[in-house]
Amino acid sequence: MATASVSDSREKELWRRLGEVNDPELDEPITEMGFVERAEVKGDGSVEVDFRLPTYWCSPNFAFLMLDGVRRALDQLPWSPAYAVKLHDHMFADEVNRGIEAGKTFGDIFAELAADTDLGAVRETFSMKAFKRRQEAVLRGLRQHGLTDREIVGMDLPAYDVARFEPGEAAKQKPRYRAALLERFPDHRTDGPVFVTWDGQHIPADALSAYLAELRGVRVNMEFNGALCRGLKQTRYKELDVVDGEPTLVDFIMDRVPARSAPVT
Amino acid sequence: MYRTPEGKDIFVVDGHTHFWDGSPDNQKNIHGKQFIDCFYAYHTGLSPKDQLWEKGKFEKYSADDLYRDLFIDGPDDVAIVQSTYLKDFYKNGFNTIERNAEVAKRYPERFIVNGAFDPRDGEKALEYIHFLKETYDVKGVKMYTAEWNGASKGWKLTDPDAYKCFELCEKLGIRNIHVHKGPTIIPLSKDAFDVHDVDHAATDFQGLNWIIEHCGLPRLDDFCWIATQETNVYGGLAVALPFIHSRPRYFGEVIAELLFWIGPEKILFGSDYAIWTPRWLVERFWAYQIPQDIAAERGVQLTDEIKEKILGLNAARLYNIDIEAKKKALASSPFSIAAE
Repeated sequence: MATASVSDSREKELWRRLGEVNDPELDEPITEMGFVERAEVKGDGSVEVDFRLPTYWCSPNFAFLMLDGVRRALDQLPWSPAYAVKLHDHMFADEVNRGIEAGKTFGDIFAELAADTDLGAVRETFSMKAFKRRQEAVLRGLRQHGLTDREIVGMDLPAYDVARFEPGEAAKQKPRYRAALLERFPDHRTDGPVFVTWDGQHIPADALSAYLAELRGVRVNMEFNGALCRGLKQTRYKELDVVDGEPTLVDFIMDRVPARSAPVT
Repeated sequence: MYRTPEGKDIFVVDGHTHFWDGSPDNQKNIHGKQFIDCFYAYHTGLSPKDQLWEKGKFEKYSADDLYRDLFIDGPDDVAIVQSTYLKDFYKNGFNTIERNAEVAKRYPERFIVNGAFDPRDGEKALEYIHFLKETYDVKGVKMYTAEWNGASKGWKLTDPDAYKCFELCEKLGIRNIHVHKGPTIIPLSKDAFDVHDVDHAATDFQGLNWIIEHCGLPRLDDFCWIATQETNVYGGLAVALPFIHSRPRYFGEVIAELLFWIGPEKILFGSDYAIWTPRWLVERFWAYQIPQDIAAERGVQLTDEIKEKILGLNAARLYNIDIEAKKKALASSPFSIAAE
């Protein structure tokens, strides 16, 4: 069954790559958000991806950034397949899908929809928010662990790397904050403080509480979107069955995303 | 009136309600279908299971449903019913002032009917504001900046045409401007739900009250900053409040931020009916306490006194409701709705 295992491992690789694409606004993988409705490797190796956002009204610039991320992910697939990406049920779906079919880049497609397509600034805003949200989770985790504010702000990368958390938000965000830090400051010195502001400023121990309050604000916004998006995504394609006054949600439609560890053995 | 478990009567002004028709018969195009579908997803996504409606009723509910859910089963004393036209999406509009005024007619003591206009209509918008004042004597309007109008996919409060409209509102005594920030679509380079135009408009129109629905979420930090600077900016709790059920800790963080930054006098209850019904929201809100660690970090408390302000006293102040007089008037106008 050599063929089957090749296609299985390709499918796994496809989902792994897609799992590296984040919703820029929520800083969460699009696969975990359920935005990838279908991703399939065909017999000839070509790839098809169906993409669907939680609402018809999701901001086109986010759709753009995610679709662009999907395209980059697909470009990295080792067997360099032809691919087809389709956006479903979005206010600009027709324009986007027609553009893709005509072989246009997303940049060109969106330039036709609106003159202002310089997404550099908005990309940077989202990178900043992701940086702060990840940082906040780790900072709160370290505090909960009983570290003093002085110990936390004095922590360097080697000390950071050996820190261990119980499973939870801090554990999840620890490697992600590390990645965000090094992306933001590629020349970060190993013995420099691992917690700095987005502008690279050192955080004094007695200012950590105020700084955390500021970061909370960033997270509160992102969580609002995240919670809404999850709720909307879950319910978007379900109708409600009311039986004897007892509502039962039809829960089976949605789970089309295979677990990322599945189903290769 | 909400009677607390301790037996205290709380006067409730529901700052954000709708009487819409989103039914397929009224939908003009796919956008109309997607708009009500999105509302329905909010409803199913954030409501307790025993509060869920089936889709058909949600798309178009009756006037009796509205009376019952707000005033009989629900605790509202007065409801502010907002108008949202969406004429690009719905043949007869989504909830126009004509529709709202009709439902309000039967129990005028119970309703405050707000108007709406679209500054992009230019001169016509100004004429329409005069019409709203003369015909309905509106005290407030609802602005939906994400509304589509022909080729335009949204507008800003600071647009010159908008300023002309606000000048006229101020002149005519239409003082309460409810602002609903929907997703910013264009320019694409803009982060969605931008609220910065509120800052300028509120500074330039000190005589108007700016009530920002869902507290500017997901731009809560920007909103708090603006509302702290501007004494005439208020936050409506619609959409934020239902999180009290699905994510109570998260709601605690939101309300703590609001209390810390803008204080208890400037937060207004709103159910966003029919997306959510007021009864469960008010019951849960009354029973709610901010988790201790969050309250301690921000140094705020959600006391009964503060809850009472949020549930009704603050909105009563904005709309000049004399609460004692209103209670008497309500006591002498009982409800009658068709038996089921």
